[in-house]
Amino acid sequence: MLIMWINGVEIEDTFAEAFKMYAARIIVTAVNRQWALEAATKLSGFATSIIACGCEAGIEAEVSPEETPDGRPGVSVLLFTMGKKGMEEQLLNRIGQTVMTCPTTACFNGVTSQERVKVGGKLRYFGDGFQISKLLGERRFWRIPVMEGEFLVEDYFGIQPAVGGGNFLILGKTPEQTLKAAERAAEASRSVKGVVLPFPGGIVRSGSKAGSRYKFLRASTNTAFCPTIREQVKSELPPGVNCVLEIVIDGLDEEVIRQSMKRGIEAACIEGIKRISAGNYGGKLGPFHFYLHELFKQ
Amino acid sequence: MSGVGEMNEILLRPKVEFDVPVEAEVISPDLFAEKSYEEIGSLPVFLGNRKMCLKDLFEIEGQSSTNIVLEGDFSRVKKIGYGMSRGKIHIKGNVGMHTGATMKGGEIIVEGDAMDWLGAEMNGGLIWVKGSVDHFAGASYWGSKHGMNRGMILIEGNTGNEVGKKMRRGTIAIKGKAGDFLGVGMIGGTILAFSETGERPGAEMKRGSIVLFLENCSNPPPLLPTFTYNCTYSPTFLRVYLKTLRKLGFPVKEEYISGKYRRYNGDIVELGKGEILIYEP
Repeated sequence: MLIMWINGVEIEDTFAEAFKMYAARIIVTAVNRQWALEAATKLSGFATSIIACGCEAGIEAEVSPEETPDGRPGVSVLLFTMGKKGMEEQLLNRIGQTVMTCPTTACFNGVTSQERVKVGGKLRYFGDGFQISKLLGERRFWRIPVMEGEFLVEDYFGIQPAVGGGNFLILGKTPEQTLKAAERAAEASRSVKGVVLPFPGGIVRSGSKAGSRYKFLRASTNTAFCPTIREQVKSELPPGVNCVLEIVIDGLDEEVIRQSMKRGIEAACIEGIKRISAGNYGGKLGPFHFYLHELFKQ
Repeated sequence: MSGVGEMNEILLRPKVEFDVPVEAEVISPDLFAEKSYEEIGSLPVFLGNRKMCLKDLFEIEGQSSTNIVLEGDFSRVKKIGYGMSRGKIHIKGNVGMHTGATMKGGEIIVEGDAMDWLGAEMNGGLIWVKGSVDHFAGASYWGSKHGMNRGMILIEGNTGNEVGKKMRRGTIAIKGKAGDFLGVGMIGGTILAFSETGERPGAEMKRGSIVLFLENCSNPPPLLPTFTYNCTYSPTFLRVYLKTLRKLGFPVKEEYISGKYRRYNGDIVELGKGEILIYEP
């Protein structure tokens, strides 16, 4: 087996297994950066894992006034679901409850695609008959009267095939060192355009495996990487590892995931880290396999 | 001359000064696209009531292109780009009535002035007039249910009366003075009038937006009593429109984008769901 090292950290010869998803990009604008971020944070809240949240989402980037449709500060949010129907539900509920309710905001589609879901076209009924349609070129907007003034939302949001579940595991000697490495990794990973890290701070401490010993539970703790039960299970942890943190990445295509994983792993290889691994299900569930060694071959 | 013009364009110049109108709806990128020089020259036009060929009235250069350039005085040539769906017509001079009427796509640039019915009942595309325009731009023809239904008309000069009559969708922007009955009977769409406007804007409008900036206007016309004041606010949709215009190269002042507007709804003799927004300096 070929052994790879980066900055004294072993890169395990394994792969991350990722899945097909659908993605939408939502551009939230507001009177200033603070309110755009406020709405975007709520919009992408409780959206860490498709297992229980119905979608995965995160803030992709801040968007400058020059780049937003209305010339105000904006934030771009990427939202991922397993299907088209789920996407429509999630966008409708989340934009309706988190963006429309937030002072001064407007909400625009950020994906040009033939495939799209109706959002503003359904939210408009909140206007109780006083909503106004505006067609500018090929884009239709809805102006919904609200107590503060008007909420502007785009009629349709484009969706595109995407990749969810790119990941890598950081195996460290101490919790402090591992957290420091994971923080660096998350920052580097999210510097790639077209990806989001849906978990808190981009970091997961409770990685999961498929299935459990309980019939009612689809996923359970990743026992092979839990240090406290190392001797009770078939552990994957090398000696000296006392903490594991995972970086999970959703992206618009395979290439951005690859770039994001590469940057993240490079940033994570610091003192106190023994190994970088990745989560997979033996290659049987997800069609996308990101081999860690191949990330560094180019 | 049958040579291919610059950048594969087709160039037309009038051979004479026309003393009666010419009907030339064949001057369209859709028709010129696949035709040879000979075929283009043989396309039928009417000089008054006389049926003639295009080559009888115009010098033609180039062939098989969707890029048409018209040089000279076309102010008596009607229906240029009528119903076109693609390509570009660049008119380096004045142009006659019905230019771009019922067009579905593509682009018409007029360096000079345009006569009545510019872009009447158009369904898409862009018309940009650097000069002034006569009456009924983007309007409905008599008896029609609605006027302009999509697309954009940008006018840098002044306009005549009843611009945007019964328009349903689309955008009209007027940099200069607008005439009377701006947006009369509007059903939808947006008209942005940056300078003075004539009497009774929005009369009988059902839906749609008329935005009045009243630049350099010391004596604005009173609104009809069938329009009622709602509030003063900054409409976000207007920012999108103004930013789009600016991106196209149409002059828009920064203060208009971030400014406040008085909103009046009307015309309450009709549905009352139309609006007139007036810029508050």
